[in-house]
Amino acid sequence: MAETLATAPVDLPPGNPVRGGGSRTRSKGWTAALPLLVFVGLAFGIPALALLGGAFTSNGSLSSANLTASLQGAYLTALLGSVKLSALVAVVGAVLGTFLAQAVVTSRFRALREAVLTASGVLANFGGVPLAFAWIATLGNSGVLTTRLNLGDHGWSLYSFWGLALVYLYFSIPLMVLVVVPALDGLRPQWREAAQNNGASAWQFWRYVGIPVLTPTLLGGVVLLFGGAFAAYATAAAMVGTVVPLVTLQIADALTGNVLIGHENVALALSFDMIVVAGLVMAVYLPLQRRSARWLR
Amino acid sequence: MAALTPTVLPDVSAPAHVPGRPRRVRVWRGVVLVVAALYFLAPLLASFIFTVNDPTQGFTLDAYGEIFPADGFAQSLLLSLGLAVATIVVVLALTLPAMLAVRLSAPRLRPVMEVVCTLPLVVPPITFVAGISTVLRWGPDYLATTPFYQTVMAIQNPSFPVVLVIADVVLALPFVYRALDSGLGAMDVRTLVEAARNCGASWPHVVFRVIIPNLKSGLASASFLTLALVLGEYTVARLLGFQPFSVWIVTVSGANAAMSVAVSIFSLLLTWLLLLILSTVGTRQRSGP
Repeated sequence: MAETLATAPVDLPPGNPVRGGGSRTRSKGWTAALPLLVFVGLAFGIPALALLGGAFTSNGSLSSANLTASLQGAYLTALLGSVKLSALVAVVGAVLGTFLAQAVVTSRFRALREAVLTASGVLANFGGVPLAFAWIATLGNSGVLTTRLNLGDHGWSLYSFWGLALVYLYFSIPLMVLVVVPALDGLRPQWREAAQNNGASAWQFWRYVGIPVLTPTLLGGVVLLFGGAFAAYATAAAMVGTVVPLVTLQIADALTGNVLIGHENVALALSFDMIVVAGLVMAVYLPLQRRSARWLR
Repeated sequence: MAALTPTVLPDVSAPAHVPGRPRRVRVWRGVVLVVAALYFLAPLLASFIFTVNDPTQGFTLDAYGEIFPADGFAQSLLLSLGLAVATIVVVLALTLPAMLAVRLSAPRLRPVMEVVCTLPLVVPPITFVAGISTVLRWGPDYLATTPFYQTVMAIQNPSFPVVLVIADVVLALPFVYRALDSGLGAMDVRTLVEAARNCGASWPHVVFRVIIPNLKSGLASASFLTLALVLGEYTVARLLGFQPFSVWIVTVSGANAAMSVAVSIFSLLLTWLLLLILSTVGTRQRSGP
């Protein structure tokens, strides 16, 4: 095999020169990828099947009763609450993140850009419980800013829909910055110059050149933020408990046995609803990402 | 017309043409940056003030002193670090050979790999844990008489819950896949491997002496992302009833608010420190001799 390779012309398509040992190499390729596929099949496939099985059976027989129950009453409220919160965070986070990214990209200070990008990398991963506690210490009922500024007297409460949105933005905006900076870098200065020399105003440049080029990236970012906010559980659990109805909190409640017996399967049905929503959202994201990659060369 | 020559003092010439506009742009940029700085720094500063400001004594660092002797602190932190190391080892040992195989000899597997490594992004952790806990409940219910029962019990050993490693590996797959994919994309894997093989190197030699040294920064970023993920992972651990560091923070928060915020700051600093170490390791390897 080694000899075949060494004497083969370099410009032949890969795979051709190794025809002699091709089958051996291919079987090797399969075997090297096998552990991962088997692992995912077991570690991911079995729980997924269990989830599907549980969601669609009720009292041992096939039925859609759980699914129907998961789309009614408090469960539906929670699902809609999650979708609303995630949509709000996604859109606001995407807009603010884009403005911040644009401010950084057009800045002449190299150090500022590096600092913001590094901080974004860290803060985008700063979710979960520590984030909730940091905000509780800041704007919670006895938080530093709440007591100093007497926000409590003005009806401020962090433990609400808007409080949660404020906190979710803390990791969503940096994520958006990370997503959109490469795309903003891809906006060539020449395009802007061409537009200006043709008499376009700044608004016209953005309306007819900038925004269309950025659209796939921006939509992809919105989707990514939506997914992150939709799946978030730790922050909400540590912050609001069950004050704000969210689907993740409902599932956790049902799993830890805080509801009637027999409702575990409703939790599985709710999980199924979540996967459907997240799956739809991802189905939008992947083609967009492929399209936006065209401009990022 | 001056705009045609890129970046030759546009700031000096522009005001002459359009008075006022560039200055407004700069004001807009400054406002955005200041607001962002306020928003992102306020919680960090306020949490610090919250931990050091005692209503009766004034300034005090007691909250930080209380962390280390606190009940369960060392145990849960060690558990989290152990889980992180195990997860990093397993996820790299599974992913790297598979991705090399896809690049070298089985390109048709590429879409499969992409789907497999994107799936965990579609499935929120809470639904994943819903599935896992259903499976674990089968243990006592259906498998009590089979050898699987022992396995199901063994992976739930509270002193080192293997089931968390399994779950974390699945959750980390998308990030590791992307980090390694960009790392492998930056080098010519096929040429390197063929050159090494033609010189008589064995496969283990190729992987450990050729591929891995070239992939240092990709491996470092994959490891960091996994580490951050495992240290912060709360959902799965909490709902399966284990107590790594992230869950311990919540358990301990009921007793002492200042201390729980201090622990949050501590965990944030820990993550930053690890990020710093890993990123310097990655860059030193790349630019070093």
